[in-house]
Amino acid sequence: MAQIGKEETLIKQELLALNGDEAVALAAKQSDVDVVAAYPITPQTIIVEKFSEYVANGEVQTEFVCTESEHSAISASLAASVTGARVFTASASAGLALMHEILFVTSGSRAPVVMAIANRALSAPINIHGDQSDSMAERDSGWLHIYVENAQEAYDSIIQAFKIAEDPTISLPIMVCLDGFTISHTLENVNVLLDEIVKQFIGERVLPMIINHEGKTVPFKLDPDNPMTMGPNVSPVFYFEFKRQQEEAMKNALKKIQEVNTQFATLTGRSYGDGLVDTYKLDDAELAVIVVGSTTGTLKVLIDELRSEGIKVGLLRLRTFRPFPVEQLQKNLKHIKALAVMDKSMSFGSLGGPVFTEVRNALFDIKEHPFIINYIFGLGGRDSNPLGLRKVFEDLQQIAKTGQVDTVVHYLGLKE
Amino acid sequence: MTTTQNEQSNRKNSSLKLELSKPAMPKVEPYKQTAKDIALKPDLFLSGHRACAGCGPATVLRLVTKALRGPTIVTQATGCMEIVCSIYPYTSWGLPWLHTAFENVAANASGIEAAVKALGKKGKIKQEHIDVIAIAGDGGTYDIGLQALSGAIERGHDFLFILYDNEGYMNTGIQRSGGTPMGASTTTTPAGKVLPGKMEKKKPLTEIILAHDIEYVATATPYYWKDMMSKVQKGLEVEGSAFLHIFAPCPRGWRTDPSRSMSYSKLSVETCVFPIWEAVNGKRVLSIPSKMYALAPQKKKPVIDYLEGQGRFRHLFKPENKHVIDQIQQATDNHWQKLLKQCETTIR
Repeated sequence: MAQIGKEETLIKQELLALNGDEAVALAAKQSDVDVVAAYPITPQTIIVEKFSEYVANGEVQTEFVCTESEHSAISASLAASVTGARVFTASASAGLALMHEILFVTSGSRAPVVMAIANRALSAPINIHGDQSDSMAERDSGWLHIYVENAQEAYDSIIQAFKIAEDPTISLPIMVCLDGFTISHTLENVNVLLDEIVKQFIGERVLPMIINHEGKTVPFKLDPDNPMTMGPNVSPVFYFEFKRQQEEAMKNALKKIQEVNTQFATLTGRSYGDGLVDTYKLDDAELAVIVVGSTTGTLKVLIDELRSEGIKVGLLRLRTFRPFPVEQLQKNLKHIKALAVMDKSMSFGSLGGPVFTEVRNALFDIKEHPFIINYIFGLGGRDSNPLGLRKVFEDLQQIAKTGQVDTVVHYLGLKE
Repeated sequence: MTTTQNEQSNRKNSSLKLELSKPAMPKVEPYKQTAKDIALKPDLFLSGHRACAGCGPATVLRLVTKALRGPTIVTQATGCMEIVCSIYPYTSWGLPWLHTAFENVAANASGIEAAVKALGKKGKIKQEHIDVIAIAGDGGTYDIGLQALSGAIERGHDFLFILYDNEGYMNTGIQRSGGTPMGASTTTTPAGKVLPGKMEKKKPLTEIILAHDIEYVATATPYYWKDMMSKVQKGLEVEGSAFLHIFAPCPRGWRTDPSRSMSYSKLSVETCVFPIWEAVNGKRVLSIPSKMYALAPQKKKPVIDYLEGQGRFRHLFKPENKHVIDQIQQATDNHWQKLLKQCETTIR
């Protein structure tokens, strides 16, 4: 984590002991959300419980809709968002899968809902522990995806998420993903901003202006004064353009995520790489690993150990998965000899996990791209410790030495 | 309107024991308006939509929008009425309107209502109150939308749910729904050599809704348009969830003459196939057109009068299927007798 802001110009913050879920709930509260519509599911439950406490104690002016399912939670969130409200929700695993249909409707309706995902494995067999199968399965749903490393980043990213998603040039929903239990349930020190500062940083929701069917330029919302037909039936004559425009918004988000990361750093002193990717000892590295989420910390410890042994290793953490930061990957990895991509989910029948296929795709255009191999690990909460992860770097060393890749996709820590 | 009429209407409203504590809205009194008055009101469900000739639900929507009392947001489930009125870049809606999916219209209404409340509290919208209406067909209500509906009315969101019941998935080519009546031939319950159409009874949906103990539940059909429009108005006046079940003939799906849609709407009440009533705080009262048959049972027509001329029941008129007509008559009589008991104290 780079310290960008100068100490004396930074605003006052309070150090609290919070787990990731509590940090998320606090950030949502401070972001002055108008509507929260949610349904409980492990390991996200604490977020909903904590927010319910704020409502019960009159600490927020938010309308809290405790729905009868995740499908209704996201449906209510979407509808509230297009009515002009700032909306927050949270889910995980089966809950996110139940939302699947409406995730596409939410992005297609350009509703900037912010959702926290406490990543958890998908059934069957049922498993409540952390892996990224749930959000990775929704990678094509048109949402922005940010993956955090710890509770502090979870807190910071929720605040940033509103500023990014609600930007009129973007107006897309966003998922902030935190590894289930590892982040959601682990108590950490979290620097917390004052309510007023968060409110100022995000500002009031600014609605995109659009031309309605009467030819008037009006704010994009359900408004009796300016009736608008939202979610129409669109034929092949127009549908394609709707979808292409979503892609345009994704591109705008690439810039906006970096911009918000810088603004946040000026205010708090905390930044996460350039907002898209974060690197560790990568500049002079020969071997590197790409990771998403909380395993970053473990890998950093391991990299320090290996560096002390004289091995030039580094790390790139993919913070933003959608939009996928192709340029940043090409820029940061072009000098690497051998690269390992860590996937905490599977894409059955594919050559490697979702992060691997995306990374290989992005690096294909570099003339002398590194050897790239894939490790599927940590599924269903399987522990990933420094000792086990050492194998990744041993394999990379071997590949760099021999110039030979025997196996592309590895399963790390598998007992069979 | 004279003062005496006003007093009468006030007495009538107060007998409903509705708490009308909302800010004053321009009030529509459909019972007091003539067809001409209503025709002169500006349309909010506009012409040019792609509904079939003789479409019952389209007539329903046009009349519903003429019974509104003030600023309103409409959300609609996927279905034939959603498709015909929103073909981009055209729209039939003069109201803010949202469609997202098939099964979640009540959840959408929950979100809109919550947003209006929250933004209202923070002074971010200028309207004192905005009515929220959710519209769905029988598929989006009886079947795929039932969970979201039950959840929303259990939470008591302030909205009116309007079900236009044309007794099948007409948009996708006339498949059976939980609202399709016994004996009807649909494309998923075709009348064949061994099966005479749908074998199951129509789901008692309004009973399920009533069991949620919400303030206002009513049934209506567009032939009795004044009755229907006043029920829309009452449903909006309730502070909480209200449910209106509107029986709406579909010439395409019922295989009927498009010019006879309103006749079937009328016959559904005359034969007691679809009695119309309203329940305020669970107290059920037969509406006047149906009450007539409680007071003068001899005037009640046999169901065969209603079944005749409907292509979906054509096969029932073959000698080997005659017993199904008897079963339908029996089921209709049983349902009517049960309803009379439920309305007992109010029929005198």
